[in-house]
Amino acid sequence: MIRCRGIEKSFSDKKVLSGIDLDINDGQIFGLLGPSGAGKTTLIKIITGQLSYDGGSALIMDKEAGDLTREDNRRIGIMMDNFGVYDRFSCTDNLKVFADIYGTPYAKIAESLELVGLKSAAKKSASDLSKGMRARLQLARVFMHSPEILFLDEPTSGLDPRSSKAIHRLIRDKKKEGCTIFLTTHNMEEAYELCDTVALLNEGRIVDIGAPDELCRKYDSKKTIRVHLNTGEDIELPCGEESGKKIDELIAAGKAETIHSSEPDLETVFLELTGKKLEEE
Amino acid sequence: MKNILTIVKKQIRDTVKNKPVLIQFLMFPLMTLIFENAIKADMPELFFVKMFSSMFVGMAPLVATASIISEEKEKNTLRVLMMAGVRPFEYLTGVSVYIWVLCMAGSAVMASALPSGDIPFFMAMMGTGCIISIFIGACIGIFAKNQMVTTSLMMPVMMVLSFSPMLAMFNDKIEKAARFVFTQQIRVAVDGMSFESAGRFGVCVLAANAALALVLFFAAFKKKGLE
Ligand SMILES: Nc1ncnc2c1ncn2[C@@H]1O[C@H](COP(=O)(O)OP(=O)(O)OP(=O)(O)O)[C@@H](O)[C@H]1O
Ligand SMILES: [Mg+2]
Repeated sequence: MIRCRGIEKSFSDKKVLSGIDLDINDGQIFGLLGPSGAGKTTLIKIITGQLSYDGGSALIMDKEAGDLTREDNRRIGIMMDNFGVYDRFSCTDNLKVFADIYGTPYAKIAESLELVGLKSAAKKSASDLSKGMRARLQLARVFMHSPEILFLDEPTSGLDPRSSKAIHRLIRDKKKEGCTIFLTTHNMEEAYELCDTVALLNEGRIVDIGAPDELCRKYDSKKTIRVHLNTGEDIELPCGEESGKKIDELIAAGKAETIHSSEPDLETVFLELTGKKLEEE
Repeated sequence: MKNILTIVKKQIRDTVKNKPVLIQFLMFPLMTLIFENAIKADMPELFFVKMFSSMFVGMAPLVATASIISEEKEKNTLRVLMMAGVRPFEYLTGVSVYIWVLCMAGSAVMASALPSGDIPFFMAMMGTGCIISIFIGACIGIFAKNQMVTTSLMMPVMMVLSFSPMLAMFNDKIEKAARFVFTQQIRVAVDGMSFESAGRFGVCVLAANAALALVLFFAAFKKKGLE
């Protein structure tokens, strides 16, 4: 569905992307992770044909991204953080514009707003919406038609956990309908829960790519098991037969309270690979 | 075609909400009605219709076009339209048609003060003038990076287009310069209510202004696109 080979992009003399290779299969949720300024938005712009690139090739639906026609664009849904809404229009009127463009019946508008939890704000003018609500209005717009590929640039940034969960559910539903989803995020947990594949982007390079749990196991350098005892003590055991027996004993004696493998989470993997935190506090 | 209609529909919905643009459409027609009815004595016949109509042509279409395009650019809604498959020419056509129709409605209000025989000529002149003015406004909207720049480019152009016909009435020197501006020629034509009154020179100025506006428009569009 999406195939990138050696994409290069510079803004004046600053190199933003240096040799991006990616393959995204049909029906996948693909997550692009990286700190602010890594080039995530730039990559989305390139793949969706909004931005030209200096080298390499970006194929989407078997076409070079620069050659996308209007019909192709209709098969793609894009939500970017810099996309605007019509401030003077209500949520409903905002969506009417796009219902007209896509030829979607107006009945779908209420449905779409309900999906993103904006039903009660349908008549509110967009200028009165909070940041999170605007993001959800953008999302409602994307759901007005049935795209085959969805690009979501930080779909949950600045949202409270409940709205985020709702959006995660929407994204999963889209996947069930056979949609391919490309999302970017700073949020490790989100990527871990949602994505089939994640790519870690840092300073314009993909430092690693794979299924989230695979990546975590791969960078499990310590390979130990931590047992928390009911005495409040923590003990760390190396992986192996010996430890297995020891743990059995501890459990039998009713001493073990929790057992954890030392598998790092994505955040730690990223930190290890780049020496950088994903989200600067 | 469908997308052009979509843009027109969107603009119609915005009409009452977008106050600064709405005022442009209403101001001169309303002023004409009021002045023509209130001030009767000591004034040449239909003085206000003739003066305000050329000012209207120089102001309303220009300001409306430039500000609608630049607002949409600045707020990043234009990009969303483009990504949804609206082509630049469809967008520009939609906006222009909408503005032109509203300006013609405003002109019709002004024309209500005229004897019915003069109305077709008057409307034809207003229609032509508004098209030129829309093209110039579109140039500015396309060329300017944001609304601030639009305003600062728009003001001087608007001053020249809408005030030179009025000032030309009082000052000969200004008249000599103003005769090359299409709004002045529209005023002259409307004054006599026939092409004869404008003369061959007037028609040439109109045509030259129109050609210049078109060239500038395509140059701006070629250079900047709708980004
Ligand atoms: N139009 C542009 N002109 C010049 N530099 C740009 C432009 N767009 C992006 N950049 C630069 O490219 C780099 C990557 O930007 P990009 O927006 O892709 O980052 P990002 O990963 O999306 O960050 P964030 O998580 O903050 O959204 C940044 O250093 C930015 O300054
Ligand atoms: Mg970004």
